[in-house]
Amino acid sequence: MNYIAIKMLMGDKGKYIGIIMGLTFASLIMTQQPAIFVGLMARSYSFISDLGLPDIWVMDPKVQFVDDIKPLQDTELYRVRGVSGVEWATPLYKGLLKARLTDGTFQTCNVIGLDDATLIGGPPIMLEGQLDDLRRSDSVIVDIDGATEKLGKPSLIPGEKPTPLKIGDSLELNDRRAIVVGIAKSTRTFQSQPVVYTTYSRAKNYAPKERKLLSFILVKTKQGQDPHELARRIKQHTGPAAYTQAEFKELTYQYFMHNTGIPINFGISILLGFIVGAAIAGQTFYNFTLDNIRQFGVLKAMGTGNLVLLRMILLQAVLVGSIGYGLGVGLTALFGFATRHTILAFKFPWQLLLFSGTGVSIICIFAALISIFKVFRLEPAIVFKG
Amino acid sequence: MSLAVRCQNLTKTYHTGGQIVTALNNINLEITMGELMMLVGPSGCGKTTLISVIAGILNQDSGLCEIFGIDLQKLSNKEKLNFRARNIGFVFQTFNLLPALNAAENVSIPLIINGVKRSIAERKAIELLTQVGLGDRWKSLPSQLSGGQQQRVAIARALIHNPKLIVCDEPTSALDHESGRNVMNLLKAVALQKDRSLVIVTHDARIFEFADQVAEMDDGHIIKVRNSLSRM
Repeated sequence: MNYIAIKMLMGDKGKYIGIIMGLTFASLIMTQQPAIFVGLMARSYSFISDLGLPDIWVMDPKVQFVDDIKPLQDTELYRVRGVSGVEWATPLYKGLLKARLTDGTFQTCNVIGLDDATLIGGPPIMLEGQLDDLRRSDSVIVDIDGATEKLGKPSLIPGEKPTPLKIGDSLELNDRRAIVVGIAKSTRTFQSQPVVYTTYSRAKNYAPKERKLLSFILVKTKQGQDPHELARRIKQHTGPAAYTQAEFKELTYQYFMHNTGIPINFGISILLGFIVGAAIAGQTFYNFTLDNIRQFGVLKAMGTGNLVLLRMILLQAVLVGSIGYGLGVGLTALFGFATRHTILAFKFPWQLLLFSGTGVSIICIFAALISIFKVFRLEPAIVFKG
Repeated sequence: MSLAVRCQNLTKTYHTGGQIVTALNNINLEITMGELMMLVGPSGCGKTTLISVIAGILNQDSGLCEIFGIDLQKLSNKEKLNFRARNIGFVFQTFNLLPALNAAENVSIPLIINGVKRSIAERKAIELLTQVGLGDRWKSLPSQLSGGQQQRVAIARALIHNPKLIVCDEPTSALDHESGRNVMNLLKAVALQKDRSLVIVTHDARIFEFADQVAEMDDGHIIKVRNSLSRM
């Protein structure tokens, strides 16, 4: 009977494709939109992820997320270094500064000032040049996305792409000269601004004069030391807030979740995808069953039981569900592949497969249930009605 | 001669729009094995309801309906399904072939319902289609067959599991005169056997001659049962 169920399903090509398309659309929306959402949210803490070395981040207690800079006094660094269990502690400057481009326009950059001695907190991947080149005077390292796009030298021909920055080119940061000594690869941040790495002392020179400029203190725990315990101790003995890397990511993530419209916007998209998918697929599947109601009546009259009919309809639902789901997920993967080098945020963890799989399953079960209900109540005597 | 069908004081009513319609009113009917019985009468006289009760797909309100000595009313739903699957063959006015299946696949359905493997069922279906003159069309979809050919496929489907009772609902009314006669000749030649009975609902007077007995119905009653013209 399974064979008959499949043949019945595929017999009406128009409806079959309609159901598949509905489910593909639902699956695509329920996978692609969350993938963009996850990608976007991951970007909110990508700067923390890129700095893999420190176990603990120390900052002003009022800081709500990674881009919310409330500087500390430099003396806090020495106090943190004095806490037992600290292997090392280094300063980190993070701030938004304006770079003047060759055509006179300004571009806001995310300037990262690394500890002069150790250069801890540098970019994860160097594409050109070396991190040590930052020890040269006026030197900066620029991330590849910034170098090719926003910080690129504008073309003289209107509409043409800018010429990427290369080693040896210079920038003007807050009216001070900066020489590019390296091109790095870093994960795009939420605001997707160019990232410029330099030393802590030079960053302080670039930055407008303020009494406090220390954004974060990066801390490494001693061997065998529990980072949570050390974070608690730093907070207790020094005053500033101290978070483990995971806690700081969570703090940033929660800030974006609760203080931006991103979750609700994506939530609406996903919900609409689910509703439209369920409506299209459910309605088409139900219509398909209605169109075949006489055939089900014939099978019933010939001695096919409700359980067998249930199995047939479930098989049909599972089949269209699997195909629609597969196509939707495949299209999402293709979308992710096609946009991998663009500014678009996209992250496709395996949990999303479960999420959209559950969504498509619910749609299929809903579609199958309303059809099954109709077939169960069907009187086989309808076969004798002309 | 043993009885294939025995109906005694059979009554069936429907509730429609707050009204009670008596479709079968105290029906008494006997069909012996090897007999072709035609139920005739005007539209709405209860023919279809009676054939539905005889086929075990509709329950009567009161009275007795025994098929091969078994009171279907006393069977559970599952037993009734199994009984129908094994003992009853159906031929419908509008053929009711599954449009997505080819002729052989359509014919094999009753065997598949009875648990026979598809490959074996389809082989037997092709043999039977050859018997009804469609051996070369077993791959054809219903839409590729004429009305007469579709009805022959339906007859093969009704016969494939070797049922003891075949119920036919207006088997010729969707066909032209020639095709109708061909279908009746086929039913009589292939379907009717000593150990098999046929009940045919029709108001096509052109085929009355094929019946052994004709039961005339009106307003839920059987007015009279007479031998057909061919017997007289």
